[in-house]
Amino acid sequence: MSETTGLTVRRSVSLSIDGEAVTVAEGTTLLEACRARGTEVPTLCYGDTITPKNACRVCMVEVEGSRALVPSCSRKAEPGMKVRTDTDRTRHSRRLVLELLGSSVDLSLTAHVARWNAAYGADPSRFGPDAATVAQPVKRDNALYVRDYAKCILCYQCVDACGEQWQQTFAIATAGRGFGAHIATEYDAPLPDSACVYCGNCIQVCPTGALMFTSEYDMRAEGTWDESRQHRTDTICPYCGVGCTLTLHVQDDRIVKVTSPSDHSVTHGNLCIKGRFGFQHVQND
Amino acid sequence: MDLKIASASATDAEREAVDALLGPPPEATRGAARGARDHRMARGGASLRAMRPLMLPVLHAINDRVGWLSRGAINYVSQRLDVAPADVYGVATFYALFSTTERPARQVHVCIDLACRAAGGHTETDLPAGTHASPCLGLCERAPALMVIEAGPSPTRAVAGPVTRAAVRAIADGAACPAEPAVHAAVPQAPNDALVLLRRAGRGEPSLASYLASGGYAALRRAHEIGPAAVVDEVVASGLVGRGGAAFPTGRKWAAVAQQPATPHHLVCNADESEPGTFKDRVLMESDPFGLLEAMTIAAYATGCERGWVYLRGEYPRAEAALRGAIAEARARGWLGARIGPAGQTFDVEIVRGGGAYICGEETAIFNSIEGHRGEPRNKPPYPVEVGLFGKPTVVNNVETLMNVPAILAEGGGAYAAWGTEGSRGRKLFCVSGAVARPGVYEVDFGATLRDLIGLAGGVRPGAALRAVLLGGAAGGFVGPEDLDLPLTLEAARAAGTTLGSGVVLVLDESVDLVDQLMRIADFFHDESCGQCVPCRVGTVRQREALARLVAARTEAGVRRAGDLALLRELAQVMRDASICGLGQTAPNAIDSAISRLGVLA
Repeated sequence: MSETTGLTVRRSVSLSIDGEAVTVAEGTTLLEACRARGTEVPTLCYGDTITPKNACRVCMVEVEGSRALVPSCSRKAEPGMKVRTDTDRTRHSRRLVLELLGSSVDLSLTAHVARWNAAYGADPSRFGPDAATVAQPVKRDNALYVRDYAKCILCYQCVDACGEQWQQTFAIATAGRGFGAHIATEYDAPLPDSACVYCGNCIQVCPTGALMFTSEYDMRAEGTWDESRQHRTDTICPYCGVGCTLTLHVQDDRIVKVTSPSDHSVTHGNLCIKGRFGFQHVQND
Repeated sequence: MDLKIASASATDAEREAVDALLGPPPEATRGAARGARDHRMARGGASLRAMRPLMLPVLHAINDRVGWLSRGAINYVSQRLDVAPADVYGVATFYALFSTTERPARQVHVCIDLACRAAGGHTETDLPAGTHASPCLGLCERAPALMVIEAGPSPTRAVAGPVTRAAVRAIADGAACPAEPAVHAAVPQAPNDALVLLRRAGRGEPSLASYLASGGYAALRRAHEIGPAAVVDEVVASGLVGRGGAAFPTGRKWAAVAQQPATPHHLVCNADESEPGTFKDRVLMESDPFGLLEAMTIAAYATGCERGWVYLRGEYPRAEAALRGAIAEARARGWLGARIGPAGQTFDVEIVRGGGAYICGEETAIFNSIEGHRGEPRNKPPYPVEVGLFGKPTVVNNVETLMNVPAILAEGGGAYAAWGTEGSRGRKLFCVSGAVARPGVYEVDFGATLRDLIGLAGGVRPGAALRAVLLGGAAGGFVGPEDLDLPLTLEAARAAGTTLGSGVVLVLDESVDLVDQLMRIADFFHDESCGQCVPCRVGTVRQREALARLVAARTEAGVRRAGDLALLRELAQVMRDASICGLGQTAPNAIDSAISRLGVLA
């Protein structure tokens, strides 16, 4: 049995997930295989446009014969694999990882975390009030976006989006080591002194709200940010002939941020500074 | 790459240091003055990308010359290697021996790790002004130890031990580092014809002439006679397993690389010996550098490699000098390069000096480091035998592992396998330090007991009472006096719930504060975690915090946190289950063993 995608023929792989036989195309990750059959495996550092870095270790599953747990986001399905997504070990691992991150990073804007904390019984406060955190002042050094690294889980997605996987700008990298590891320009210089081209593709992939449009940041600070009052409109960027799809997030008849669909065949969620931030002329009064 | 370089410029000294390694810059975009041909041509592609592995050597060159990495220096490195400044900064800040803030040219690194603090050395709390705390310097047989690095036109690195507190203060104030003792002072058994791995220890300065006179390169000749497949068979038959700590069968690794269709194949000798308490590889390289080169040449022949790298920790100046000398002499006499030996093998070796990062001894982090990236481990699979250095099939072997190879070829795999026990074949080095009469590297057959080994080292020092032994280093485990009859074999250690790891036998007497040792182990992993994955990056922090609370509760009137022992166990489980690499997976081991076996903090 095989599946044809474009010009490549992919063989199929049979494995078992939670005791049930599953057949997927060769090259499918365990996470994709789980999602295809409706099994939720939590992930934090996984993004659908970036090669998984498997850094957060929330998505660990148990594979028979493997000494340690296995990151489902990057491990490919292999014939005969016996995968368990919900065992004492996986639950323990997910609970502890949620607690470790939740106790050191501000996850208040990270999707699903509250639900997963409840589901796995995670209590990030149990390390006590003196537990070390990555709390630090917000970086506001340009008009377009804000960097709040107190919310950074070091998923590496912004680095990969800025660098070799999408933008090829390499304005940021991981610096330091251990708990001191952090995302930085050279010498932690302000963005205007760095190679940043303000494409905002890092904002697009950031899963925790550490990178945010200044417009969104300020509205959240004022308490006026309200996604229930926002609507999203897809349009085509007017600036050049590439024709990127823009998703305009509009609240009270004003554009409050711009994204692009990550499954779009032209942009894969990426834009340039014009498409991402060049909307002020639309709403000049 | 379109580089955006901020305004800071490299100083003349910084440029000279880089240019001495790379030659003058070829064009304006690479840091030269603008010439008539600039803007009329562009270089790029593979030739520039191939520059990236020069990252560590270039950073070392600047650090050796001026003592730190300025913004201008990083910009110049960026231009010369075509790597973005943020990326260079990310690499530079990964390694403890580099600094991105200005500091004096002379740096005194005082070892505060397990063996040195047990020997009354300094701790992080009482260092003299102007010195830095250093993790284990691999000088445990002369604990307490220090290292002095002096940048300049003729940079120097020197180590000393044992150093009294007065000596540390004097050296911090500018006194010269005392000369090192002879290499064989670390091998109390030497010279001794019964030794195999250490047979050349105590036989004078290594030279190619003396190496050849003592049977050197006979094993390579035999390898060339029997052919690569038969060499792999001999190593499989020998039962040799890796001596770096993971004990993976060497023959299987070689066979797997030899049969990979992708080319070229690469050989990496892991000489980043950084496990606290370990110094055997240092002694091997210092006493028998040609032996390592011959072993690497045989390994390369068997597995089809034409290039080999020795990834050597930056804290081993004498081993580096010995190896550099041996490589130069071997090249000059045709034992490295093209047309080596009867089979006309092509093989050469280069040394990559580490920058002070324990994690770079991990077998995939070592690839990232050699390639010029941050030394973060890679996810496995794919395994190095398939996708390793530069994405090619790669053999990674520890120094000691390789040093067994000439003996296996000389004696035959079957004869080698007769040494040791059923489950642990061959000879093994142990790094005996702490409260023994004659600390040093000891070579025994697998199967000697802990008591035998301590006896070889002259027994526990007179007047001292044995409290515990740390086997395998910070990633290993503690055993107590009741375990002295434990045979030092892989199978017996496993059955006893401990590990031999890299061969550390740190003997601690009643005078040593075990709680202090545990705190240091927690600090060590906290400092050395690369920071990539959450269980290790945050787990090592929470482990340290929980341990510190337990320690504080012991001495202060504070309320003991009842849950902290349980919390340590929960942290241990997630670190073992979910960390990317062996660092996080083993970070809780020693602390766990001290609590469960020795009743520390009970």
